[in-house]
Amino acid sequence: MIKQLSSLLGPGRWKLLVAVAVMTGATVAAGQQPPAAPAGQAPQQPSDVELVITAGGGSVPHYAVPDFIALNPEAADLAKSLAQVLWDDLAYEREFDMIPRDIYASIPAARTPDQIPFDSWRELNVDGVVFATVQKTGKDVKVQVRLYNARSRRQVFGSEYSGTDQFPRNFAHNAADDIHKQQRNLRGVARTKLAFISDRERQRVRGTGQQNRESKEVWIADYDGANQRRITLTNELNAGPSWSPDGRAVAYSSWRKVPTGGGIDIYISRIFQGILDNPTKGQSESNMQPVFSPDGTRIAFASNRTDNNNEIYVMNVDGSGLRRLTNHPAADVVPTWSPNGASLAFVSDRTGTPQIYTMSSVDGTGLQKITSESYADRPTWSISNEIAFAARTGPGYDIKVYDNGTGETRQLTFGEGSNESPAYSSNGRHIAFMSTRKGGSQIFTMTRDGRDVRQVTTTGNNVTPAWSN
Amino acid sequence: MRAKLTVVATLALVVVVSGCGKKVQPVPIPQPPPPAVNNTPPPPPPLTQPPRTVTEDLPVPAQPVADDAIGNKPLDDLNRESPLQPAFFPLDGADLDDIAKAAVSSNAELLRKYGTWIVTIEGHCDERGTAEYNLALGERRALAVKTYLVALGISPDRLRTVSYGKEFPFDPGHTEDSWSKNRRAQFVITSK
Repeated sequence: MIKQLSSLLGPGRWKLLVAVAVMTGATVAAGQQPPAAPAGQAPQQPSDVELVITAGGGSVPHYAVPDFIALNPEAADLAKSLAQVLWDDLAYEREFDMIPRDIYASIPAARTPDQIPFDSWRELNVDGVVFATVQKTGKDVKVQVRLYNARSRRQVFGSEYSGTDQFPRNFAHNAADDIHKQQRNLRGVARTKLAFISDRERQRVRGTGQQNRESKEVWIADYDGANQRRITLTNELNAGPSWSPDGRAVAYSSWRKVPTGGGIDIYISRIFQGILDNPTKGQSESNMQPVFSPDGTRIAFASNRTDNNNEIYVMNVDGSGLRRLTNHPAADVVPTWSPNGASLAFVSDRTGTPQIYTMSSVDGTGLQKITSESYADRPTWSISNEIAFAARTGPGYDIKVYDNGTGETRQLTFGEGSNESPAYSSNGRHIAFMSTRKGGSQIFTMTRDGRDVRQVTTTGNNVTPAWSN
Repeated sequence: MRAKLTVVATLALVVVVSGCGKKVQPVPIPQPPPPAVNNTPPPPPPLTQPPRTVTEDLPVPAQPVADDAIGNKPLDDLNRESPLQPAFFPLDGADLDDIAKAAVSSNAELLRKYGTWIVTIEGHCDERGTAEYNLALGERRALAVKTYLVALGISPDRLRTVSYGKEFPFDPGHTEDSWSKNRRAQFVITSK
């Protein structure tokens, strides 16, 4: 880091810049995750109110993100694309009114901060305007992002990001998260990912008697659908991915043992190390629907290992410390953790139809049935203590949310296709889900109140999303 | 000279950016700079955040799973024109009606005739259930068939069950005609 700083400033000058960072109270150290902001409430104001951009009359501040400035010709493409990514990231949390970029395409680009045409920006009623530069030397990319209060003409945020051009969108994603943190004390989702199941590669499934069956593999993508990548290669059926809290592993159910006489079993792909774990080491029984605990040490799952009947179990991630939590002749499946890891929700058909239940702790006690739908499945529990699920509302399903505090249930989707398999973002402000509204099965995201529906996948069929921290 | 200019400009901005109310240690005031001699724009204000290195790991490509069950041609042929009949189920249900029981009984006869066969009973659902819960329903359907076969005298050691939920419909259509074919327990001979 010091090396990069020195090259930016010239020898001997970097100490000054570090001093500036310390004196302005910057607290986000390199590589450190900012703490979670409470969701479902208005984000707290940063302590240094001077630096927070506001609009007149208490309305949402209007932001503009003009093209970044290419400091050399090689950086020209990035300068344009990164501005759009940053605009999209800042629009996603709906904390700022993002003015469409084509409206200000005609405003002359400022080559340096002192050339920013604040009068022109104020004519567009802009409160916050980004000035950013990109330099690309071979594979090395350096991006500086500054945010100006267009009213006071003061810089309120400035940060430099350096790295390679392999994942260039990350420069904008980092800046968006930093701006959300600094301006709204909000943990943004710009660097989060979705995992899901896709049939897009249509490989013939292994094993005998499998004619006309095509593989379904685990895929991951950025939260906005960019960088879609397959992370399993089984030519088999796989289901229900779940992220480890550090975002470096995905657990899922796989049918890969079935051709050789096994059952459904749980695998953990440590996707950046190329390591595959099989903590349950299943034989002919089925172990499925794994979900990591919020601290990453345990996995809850469903297994029919006793009496061929599905029950909820927990184990340590290495398979040790197995504990059975439910004991009922009905099926108990699809567990999900409460955000503090102190309890679980799951699906049981003990009343004759699948409904959502909660436990009061991770020992199977204090069961409470929280749904009275004709059919309810796939709970997901947000940090604002809401449990979203899919409810049968007709021929298809809609996403509903049970408020664990008030006991009230509200509906987020209304019969536009079938809407299933909700998954909260870690800041509790968004829900990923599967919908058939555009034909086939695709992954979408929406806000926690059902607005701003965005399509994430388009190729093949894509189901059962999980959202990383 | 340039270095001095930068120091002055930067220190001035430090005071501005750090805001009022913060105690700033007194610093020696350098000599005022001489008048500008060229049109070089002033340096941009200092950054307010520490610089960050942006990295992302590239996932290691997944290793293919060994194809140890394909190529068993005789079994493939046998299953393609399977003598074992599927059993069909009502919506959301896992009970065997008389027609389903008749199909399973006829399969039991074949399993008695070919006493070395080992079969996997697959439980399947139609698309009207949800992906997650359908895995439980498919399991229950497969188990209902296994239980009936055991009652008919077939050794449980020859019978495996696995649920496929709604993942592999027999008929890809979206009508009751298709759905009724997809709510099934399907037999696969895995060893003979």
